[in-house]
Amino acid sequence: MSALLITGARGQLGEPSDVLIRDGVIAEIGRITDAPSDTARIDAAGLDLLPGFVDLHTHLREPGREDAETIASGSAAAAAGGFTAVLAMANTTPATDTAEAAELLYDRGRTVGLVDVQPIGAVTKSLAGQELAELGLMARSRARVRIFSDDGHCVHDARVMRRALEYVKPFDGVISQHAQDPALAGGAACCHEGELSGRLGLPGWPGVAESVIVARDVQLARHTGSRVHIAHISTAESVEILRWAKDRGILVTAEVTPHHLALDTELVRNYDPTFKVNPPLRPSEDQEALRAALADGTIDAVATDHAPHARHDKEHTFEAAAFGMLGLESAFAVVHDLMVRTGRMTMGDLSQRMSRNPAAIAGLSDHGCAIVAGAPANLVLVDPDRTITIDASESNSLSRNNPWHAMSFTGAVHATILRGRLTAIDGKVQQ
Amino acid sequence: MTRHLLSSADLSRRDVETILDTAASMHDVQRREVKKLPTLRGRTIINFFFEDSTRTRSSFEIAGKWMSADTINLSAKGSSTSKGESLRDSVQTINAMAVDALVIRHNQSGACRQVAGWVAASVINAGDGTHEHPTQALLDAYTLRSRIGALDGTHVAIVGDLTHSRVFRSNVITLRTLGARVTVVAPPTLMPAGIAAWSQRDGFETSWDLDAVLADDPPDAVMMLRVQRERMSGGFFPTAREYTVGYGLTRPRLATLLASRPDAVVMHPGPMNRGLEISADAAESGASIILDQVSGGLAVRMAVLYHLLAGEESE
Repeated sequence: MSALLITGARGQLGEPSDVLIRDGVIAEIGRITDAPSDTARIDAAGLDLLPGFVDLHTHLREPGREDAETIASGSAAAAAGGFTAVLAMANTTPATDTAEAAELLYDRGRTVGLVDVQPIGAVTKSLAGQELAELGLMARSRARVRIFSDDGHCVHDARVMRRALEYVKPFDGVISQHAQDPALAGGAACCHEGELSGRLGLPGWPGVAESVIVARDVQLARHTGSRVHIAHISTAESVEILRWAKDRGILVTAEVTPHHLALDTELVRNYDPTFKVNPPLRPSEDQEALRAALADGTIDAVATDHAPHARHDKEHTFEAAAFGMLGLESAFAVVHDLMVRTGRMTMGDLSQRMSRNPAAIAGLSDHGCAIVAGAPANLVLVDPDRTITIDASESNSLSRNNPWHAMSFTGAVHATILRGRLTAIDGKVQQ
Repeated sequence: MTRHLLSSADLSRRDVETILDTAASMHDVQRREVKKLPTLRGRTIINFFFEDSTRTRSSFEIAGKWMSADTINLSAKGSSTSKGESLRDSVQTINAMAVDALVIRHNQSGACRQVAGWVAASVINAGDGTHEHPTQALLDAYTLRSRIGALDGTHVAIVGDLTHSRVFRSNVITLRTLGARVTVVAPPTLMPAGIAAWSQRDGFETSWDLDAVLADDPPDAVMMLRVQRERMSGGFFPTAREYTVGYGLTRPRLATLLASRPDAVVMHPGPMNRGLEISADAAESGASIILDQVSGGLAVRMAVLYHLLAGEESE
């Protein structure tokens, strides 16, 4: 099998070092001068070498909405964004609520081969919130499902949530909760409830619709001794509860999206559905709480909630348009610019939040590993000094609902390596 | 003046006053035997109504016709969550016909602003969801001004379902633009989110107590908003009876107001729920200027069309 030599990379390696990859694993680290002359090389001077990113929250839309995204196009976007593993949410059509559905996704991901597609299983059949899906069979399947989520819907019935938490304990499963009380977030709700929604005449939902479920679920996690994961946490109150729960040793983890960190609810002022997302963009006080919590480790991970939508599902009135925005290709740039360049986190912190922690939450032992000889070569090279301007028309995704269009960030993904194979260079996917 | 009229906030004080002055002269046209003005000859106006409306649509239609514009009415089901034709498709079809103005009524907030980004025509908001209804606010100001003169320092109370009212949202802007004082009154459940910060920023008062407002700071005008009976199922208030007791303009309440403010007027954008937010007595009392609002609507819409369409040539 082919070898790859990365020369002069920084990162957690101390001095700039060369890294030789052979047969999908890191063979050697140091000053490597004896590699055969025909070895493929990447000049990594000025670049940081990190474990490949792991996204706990990706919508690939296949099966069911292949016009918005496919496993192939979503994998390409992920590779371009520096990801080596993505957790594919279960709200496809049909939902990933059986072992067969999970294996189909898993296998297709491996066939495409640009990123490890790890299925998330539904908590309840058809995401209906009533009866448990076949959690055990999904866990035992070839896909080895460990994260279960009805994302898009909250598991709002406390009895169902309790049973799910208990049931996944034998296989170290975790329930990823879309924390949103449906009674407080009515069917028409489409944005953050506050002064702006009042002025705009848009039905919103308040932050408390999230935090009441977070509060309930950390209590259920304490009661059951199980792991709960809070998906796309978006409010200061939720962060407060999370901190309280972690202080007490409750097994709770949480993820935050780049858009909830960086984008303010003010962006919906002109009713542009590009900025319609669930949970909604929140006011600056919430963003600040999220940034602080990500920096101090209260929030464990960054997850994209990459949610591609066909144009015709977004070109409606704000209330009628679909929820969601793209995120895979821009995640590193946004988080690096917002958190590392500002000095709030180190590159090591970023790597922990985007690789090691999410891999640990998902139980992916081949991802988020320390860069040492013998480790799987799932890696990303990033350029902390390069400034990029996002262009919505240039994307590996099939969709264009990109909230970052025309914004500039410093920090760029240079190359992504999956099991020793180069999957993307400068946004160009290597088929 | 602006090309579109999407929000009452698009209009400066001077814009509003110009429109109201023009409306006054248009009002004279209504009293002529031959009502046609040649002002908008050759112009095409489409009234595109995605939501049922009788008065606003006919008012815009007649306004256009009296100024010799070619007016066409289109109605379509609100695009809500239906998968079919998107809002953009619907209006781009119209755009392709090179019309001069699109008067749009839609059941969802922000629809007019979105449309304005997609078409070459002037877009006039004839009511979008629970967002705004700028021409209603203009006609209310016109009616009020005709009755009591300049609005500087005039105290107007707006009472009722503020959360779901586009009339309130536009009125508070236009009334403040003209220097009026505004107090909005509703039970807490019918106050929009963030009203405390909003009212502070925009300089108006809020109250949960109608009787206190009528007693302590008697308004020169009371604008009663329609309360939909369906709101009770949403848990906004327990019963119609309880609502009327707390917030209805009943005969005794009107008498209390007139005792301290004999010239006070009663307004309602219609359609009224008689017996719920306003009693028949109050609606038909000498203080009521509700029918004036209807006739003023036509003149104001003529003025708006005039300034948005005829005005642009001179600029």
